[in-house]
Amino acid sequence: MFSSLSDKLSNITRKMRGQGRISEADLKEIMREIRLALLEADVNYQVVKDFTKEISSKAKGAEVMQSLTPGNQVVKIVRDELIEILGSEQEKLAVDPSGFTKIIIYGLQGAGKTTTSAKLAKYLKDKGKKPFLVSVDVHRPAAQEQLKVLADSIGVPVYIEPDNPSAVDIVRKAEEMARYLLCDTFIVDTAGRMTIDEEMMNELAEVNAAVQPHERLLVVDAMIGQEAVNVALEFDKKIGLDGFIMTKLDGDARGGAALSIRKITGKPIKMIGIGEKIEDFDAFYPDRMASRILGMGDVLSLIEKAEQQLDEELAQKSYERMRKNQFTLDDLLDQFLQIGKMGGMEKIMTMLPGSNRVDPSMVDDSMIDKNIAIIRSMTSRERHSYKLLNASRRKRIAAGSGTSVQEVNQLIRQFEQMQQMMKQMKGMSKGQKRKLGRMFGQNLPF
Amino acid sequence: MAIFDKFKNGLEKTRDFFSQGFTKITAQFGHFDEEMLDDLEMLLVQADVGMETAGGLIDHIKAEIKKTGDDKSDTVLRNLKTAMLDAIGKPARYELDPDKLNVILLVGVNGTGKTTTAGKLAWRFHNQGEKVVIAAADTFRAAAIEQLEVWADRADADLVKSEQGSDPASVVYNAIQAAKSRQASCLIVDTAGRLHNKKNLMDELAKIRRIVNREAESAVVTCLLVIDATTGQNALMQAHAFNEATDLDGLIITKLDGNAKGGIALTVAQQSSLPIYFAGLGEQVDDLQDFDATAYVDSLIPEHLFHEKK
Repeated sequence: MFSSLSDKLSNITRKMRGQGRISEADLKEIMREIRLALLEADVNYQVVKDFTKEISSKAKGAEVMQSLTPGNQVVKIVRDELIEILGSEQEKLAVDPSGFTKIIIYGLQGAGKTTTSAKLAKYLKDKGKKPFLVSVDVHRPAAQEQLKVLADSIGVPVYIEPDNPSAVDIVRKAEEMARYLLCDTFIVDTAGRMTIDEEMMNELAEVNAAVQPHERLLVVDAMIGQEAVNVALEFDKKIGLDGFIMTKLDGDARGGAALSIRKITGKPIKMIGIGEKIEDFDAFYPDRMASRILGMGDVLSLIEKAEQQLDEELAQKSYERMRKNQFTLDDLLDQFLQIGKMGGMEKIMTMLPGSNRVDPSMVDDSMIDKNIAIIRSMTSRERHSYKLLNASRRKRIAAGSGTSVQEVNQLIRQFEQMQQMMKQMKGMSKGQKRKLGRMFGQNLPF
Repeated sequence: MAIFDKFKNGLEKTRDFFSQGFTKITAQFGHFDEEMLDDLEMLLVQADVGMETAGGLIDHIKAEIKKTGDDKSDTVLRNLKTAMLDAIGKPARYELDPDKLNVILLVGVNGTGKTTTAGKLAWRFHNQGEKVVIAAADTFRAAAIEQLEVWADRADADLVKSEQGSDPASVVYNAIQAAKSRQASCLIVDTAGRLHNKKNLMDELAKIRRIVNREAESAVVTCLLVIDATTGQNALMQAHAFNEATDLDGLIITKLDGNAKGGIALTVAQQSSLPIYFAGLGEQVDDLQDFDATAYVDSLIPEHLFHEKK
């Protein structure tokens, strides 16, 4: 629905190839597109206004670097500026020297506070901390039970008291218990509330006063609109704000609120929620968010994920075999398993630049699972020489993997094509290879 | 409190915001010039109406000014109101068909208030003397079933459930059979929140919809997308994707009493051509109201901004 800013900018700048400087008129057009893109990304109107003004003055008369087209140069200025606002480095969660760190989680209804509290606890537990969870949501039915189920699933101690109407009372008892259990991080999950609801804001202020937290974190839904800024300012005014956590970033919202809140409150984004599973939680990287807001894909995240989870050695082995033209179905199986490790094709696709033109729902991970099942149903001899696979073997494999003969055929056909391609690559000159690289790389923003 | 007043009260915050903005714009001369129209457009954008829709509304106003030469503030604002009502579309009211089973399927992204809305709808129909069954088809979120249990209790509705992690489609199947055999007039299906770009989850929802269509063949099935009024432009993508998967019949806007101005309601209604049936206006059980487009537009552009009263 929204085409990415980098696409739009490259359209504008296609016309200005060969110019040494960015002209006034070009700049105006570019700024208009940037303004639109940021508003489409739900960046606050006032922030957009200030931001484009800043960019204009920076871009005006800027010498175009040899290595960049004028359009890319503007994109670079925009991106650098975005990163600067979002914070040039990653901000760590507070750790109190007393050895008992208290964190309070608050926000609007439905932002994802309870899930986030559990995710945060798991994240800290994996880092060797001893977290303790408490829910003081005395309003939403079963909210406390929700936290308890999640806490139990990750093996983190939790205190709830659904029949106690006093949030302050619950939190006091919980802290006592957390200290008794020698936990080192006390996480308080609160009820969702609107900042215009005075009674609820007072309740939160009371809980806050009772806890005296070291870290006050606002949970913000990545899909939130223009109001994000006021929400953050109100919470900051009434409770105090040390940073925020942005949730549901596994959706396709641009998350412009991240920029607005950071710019207006000056408080950092500390963590992000990136999926339904409790492990889908990560530190916040400003450069990636900048690319996302601009619609340029999350290349860096992808690279890092690949680095983390791809078995280097295995990859090298695969590559060697590919080079020597000894690539077998066993190697293909390894590759499918790697994709699974990286969170599936859908996740990989959404992180690639230009991929907002590809509908991620077109990618079907069940295909990969099926292919894994098919290869696993083959004997080791079959995997090494696929030519053995006659009709009756294929039938057996289909039955063994719970697929159809057509699906087995399709996989083998794909495998044949891959081998064909590898043969061709082997015979290619350097120049041809580079050409191929460019073909694949043409969608890259830089 | 009359329903209409309740609706207006819920939107108080919105009214204040727009009043201030408009008063600033219209205070000086009572006429609109080009720059003031731009400001007006930006005011709409700040209410989450979105650039495209805001631009369309302002273009319409500009065309009217050009045609009639009348740029008085009253005229401009009246024209804007009319254009906004047009954008929202024909007024629609959800009514139960008394002779049939009425199935309401609630879908949407995470955290928009589907479960709360299911509870409020059940209470509403129960109060109208209807026999209500609720299906707890959110088997994913922890304690979602327990949450709905509380609501079912309040609304004196039967709850059909299974344990967490079970197949939601089978819960829906069972609920339909239960609704039929108990001769309920209304079945409300609460589904798990899901982000619209997740293919597997959207497929699951499409399957639920198919089961409803098949099993409740003679029923009136209404699939409603629940949208949080605080949402920005992403709501458009939500409407598009959920419509693809489940063939939507209408919208519910929740949290309209809250922080946000809720301009996205207008934009989604316009771009999806779907009617808004209900608005969530508070935490109380009776705070789900029929959506009143006129009251909504009045809350955005209140009458006291006009120099001459109607």
